[in-house]
Amino acid sequence: MALSTEEVLAGLAELVNDETGIAADQVALEKSFTDDLDIDSISMMTIVVNAEEKFDVKIPDDEVKNLKTVGDAVSFIVSAQA
Amino acid sequence: MTRPQLRQSTGVPFTRILGMGAARGDLVVPNSEIIEPINSSDEWIQQRTGVITRHRASADVLAIDLATEAAMEAVANAGIEPSQVDLVIIATISNVQQTPSMATVVADRIGANPAAAYDFNAACAGYAYAVAQADALIRAGAAHYAVVVGAEKLSDIIDPTDRSISFLLGDGAGAAVIGPSEYPGIAATVWGSDGANADKVGMNATLIEYRDGKAPWPTLRQEGPSVFRWAVWEMAKVAREALEVAGITADDLAAFIPHQANMRIVDEFAKQLKLPESVIIARDIATTGNTSAASIPLAAHRLLQENPQLSGGYALQIGFGAGLAFGAQVVVLP
Repeated sequence: MALSTEEVLAGLAELVNDETGIAADQVALEKSFTDDLDIDSISMMTIVVNAEEKFDVKIPDDEVKNLKTVGDAVSFIVSAQA
Repeated sequence: MTRPQLRQSTGVPFTRILGMGAARGDLVVPNSEIIEPINSSDEWIQQRTGVITRHRASADVLAIDLATEAAMEAVANAGIEPSQVDLVIIATISNVQQTPSMATVVADRIGANPAAAYDFNAACAGYAYAVAQADALIRAGAAHYAVVVGAEKLSDIIDPTDRSISFLLGDGAGAAVIGPSEYPGIAATVWGSDGANADKVGMNATLIEYRDGKAPWPTLRQEGPSVFRWAVWEMAKVAREALEVAGITADDLAAFIPHQANMRIVDEFAKQLKLPESVIIARDIATTGNTSAASIPLAAHRLLQENPQLSGGYALQIGFGAGLAFGAQVVVLP
């Protein structure tokens, strides 16, 4: 069954926390991965690969560049699992 | 009328690495010396790559000189006479003279003339490819003692303003002598390539474009995040396969010697493989930098110097890079 936006956000926040130590409650939809959360490209890729596994979706390299905010990633995952 | 049947060669059943040698560029270049053109900081580089210094060679020291030094040490450590070497293979991407090959000259310099000698390009997988070739050629009877070298002077093909890869790179050569063994010392190699992604890492222009004034001096570039993903998650599958074809598990390993591309790759790779704590992981990149084909033998040489108890142990080595070419095998450390 497809997960809701809130569920994906919570799961993604956990992955961000695992990789970077950033508190899960800081990972909000409007936050930019690079500007607000200071996540570098390598950590971003680690989060992406872990998200693929956790949510059973494919996130191609070319798509990763478009995921500027947490909201972008959550929307992508929600629609990809549908 | 019958004609005589041809004789085909056959060799020894087993090979192993008999000795290793290393030569790093003579200049130690700290992050502070390279941060200005990339508008960066020592902290930024260390955090993102784990590189603290890289070795680079002076203008009058060429890749072929580093290769010679490493090869000579490997032959001495192997305990054989240079004249016994009948094959010299050099893996390199940075020979600035297309021909003659470095290997022919190195063979002569180390006293192995007239050994068969050639260079080839498998980028950062070069050393693993070279080990595979030497092992196969010796077991086929085409050679008896081989010197395999990864040799690079990458500082000639970098752009100081490039933030994708140049600041990681260093100069050096690592060598191994491979010869007959009483026991299996080099397991089957898992190797391959993915040319569909050849544009992910490589030179940013051709020499023709440079000659015709259409591009500056060609230098290395990479799509870092894509290469990182491939280097960790795809290569972890190759590494597991190399263990499987060798007939061992990670618990049997003494050392893990991945291509020294970036400390983040080394760390994440080790995590994915779930290596037991007893496995010593090569982290030569911190002070040597990424030396492409030379990085695995340089890292192995250092591991053996710092941990002599590793001698005789199993090491999983895996190279991966431009091409995208990859190669992995388990070897017994000399």
